[in-house]
Amino acid sequence: MTISTQLFEGKLIRLGPIDHDKDPDVISKWTHDPEYLRMLSLEPARPLSPAQVKKKLEKIEKAVEEEKNTFYFTIRRQSVESEENDRLVGFARFYWIEWNHGVGRLQLGIGDPRDRGLGYGTETLSMLLRYGFEELNLFAVRASIQEYNSIAMKLFTQFGFIEEARQREAILRDGRRWDLLHVGILRNEWEART
Amino acid sequence: MNLDLLSGQIVRLTAEDPKVLAKSFSGWGRDSEYNRLLDSYPSVLFSEKVNEKWLDDSLLNERNDNFLFGIRLLSDDRLVGAIGLGGIDWNNRSSYVGIGIGEQVDWGKGYGTDAMRLVLGYAFRELNLHRISLNVFEYNPRAVASYLKAGFMEEGRERGYLNRAGRRWDVIYMGILRTEWENNLQRK
Amino acid sequence: MNAALFTGKQVRLTAENPQVMGEAFSRWDRDSEFFRLLDNDPQALYSRKKITDWLEKDIEKTENDSFFFSIRTLDQDQLIGFIAIWDIQWSHGSSWVSIGLGEREFWGKGFGTDAMRLILNYAFNELNLYRVTLFVFGYNERAIRSYQKAGFQIEGRFRQGIQRGGKRWDVILMGVLRSDWEAEI
Repeated sequence: MTISTQLFEGKLIRLGPIDHDKDPDVISKWTHDPEYLRMLSLEPARPLSPAQVKKKLEKIEKAVEEEKNTFYFTIRRQSVESEENDRLVGFARFYWIEWNHGVGRLQLGIGDPRDRGLGYGTETLSMLLRYGFEELNLFAVRASIQEYNSIAMKLFTQFGFIEEARQREAILRDGRRWDLLHVGILRNEWEART
Repeated sequence: MNLDLLSGQIVRLTAEDPKVLAKSFSGWGRDSEYNRLLDSYPSVLFSEKVNEKWLDDSLLNERNDNFLFGIRLLSDDRLVGAIGLGGIDWNNRSSYVGIGIGEQVDWGKGYGTDAMRLVLGYAFRELNLHRISLNVFEYNPRAVASYLKAGFMEEGRERGYLNRAGRRWDVIYMGILRTEWENNLQRK
Repeated sequence: MNAALFTGKQVRLTAENPQVMGEAFSRWDRDSEFFRLLDNDPQALYSRKKITDWLEKDIEKTENDSFFFSIRTLDQDQLIGFIAIWDIQWSHGSSWVSIGLGEREFWGKGFGTDAMRLILNYAFNELNLYRVTLFVFGYNERAIRSYQKAGFQIEGRFRQGIQRGGKRWDVILMGVLRSDWEAEI
């Protein structure tokens, strides 16, 4: 990578800022899909109205500005078709960055099931890792994955993340217990693969 | 029903005025070794005022997802530390626990182990939680031993997480399930 | 993993903007019958603005002991009512539930029962509660039947707890345990 490399432009998607006018309606729809919510979070799945999403996005941007240990991106389509270009398909973030240790966590989600399995997540994770190691200069990047989230497990394993810790029975859903896994990749491991 | 939830063998758990805790935290926080054993955040010196505000905000928040107790000796009622349940994930019945014994002269005397025993009882029998998690630093073997004694199991390590004193150290994940805790009680 | 948390057979659960619910509530609340079936407060007629303001303030709240949903029909996506889990006592795994269908044409057709089934699934499989409680007025026979169909049992009565239309009626307490609900499905 050189200084002139575009960090946020991919072939299928680009990473972009929040659009406070257009994004809340789209994201509100995603939150009405309990499967999406359950893959994203351990909190009880709860749909959000566009107004609630708007408030949340404002809080997120404020936290990025003030706490300086979070980076939030929207995932938007790259396309020659003007209708499709820049369409919001997901979000990605670095969070809980501890600068003094050079560590941080990341998360991504593709909102509409019809947008999954098309390579958007793969391209996003690739760009996020480049960003984490070559712009944030982290030593290690980590993620938390629910045992039932096989899509995420597959994606992170593909990129070389290994399971570092497993919190047994940390999740209770649909009447059974699931573990919460923590996976990580170190800078030298990522460099060896790229 | 055993009503004696908060009193142990050498310590008891208390509810403290934020001002009292804030004063103690500021004092203990002047020992950078204490800070570095407790927290991954860079060791900084917080004033009583800032500590009090942080305590007020977290103790009075709407989300009722944390409980903070003072640890006082049964012998002379001295406040020697604090222990808390935080980040309670109610629907999953899971929580983190964190503990600190403030003065170095009070380390290694069993105060922490006794306090942890009480908090686990509180978590499993009063809050009806299913699992308690904690993170501990590789360079804190005294704490690791204490947690193992209390029944926690090691669940993995985030490799080289901490960068301190010129080298890297792991963060160790530990957890205990209600069923394990009940079995331990039965065996004793 | 069962992902049909928000979608039933006739209805789905949604989150709506304050303006939308404010307009709906201000209209529904003017129907005395709707109001008296739902609420034991004397019926007051609040403006749409006031109701919308309340709902907007709700967005600021961060407490985690209640979950409010709006109800839309699957067929035409019509907004017909609300259902809420509230006052959750987490350490005991216990909560209250309330439901109201504001659009009369949807009464007595199974929409309420479908919504209640959804919310009980949510309570037992997502919030992992142990029991859900509600109270219903003695004169609301339609609701009592619907709740029984959804698995609730009558557990007690506040005798003659409500006075309306020149008569006294009981306020009936109903509850459903997770084990009742599991036996039901």
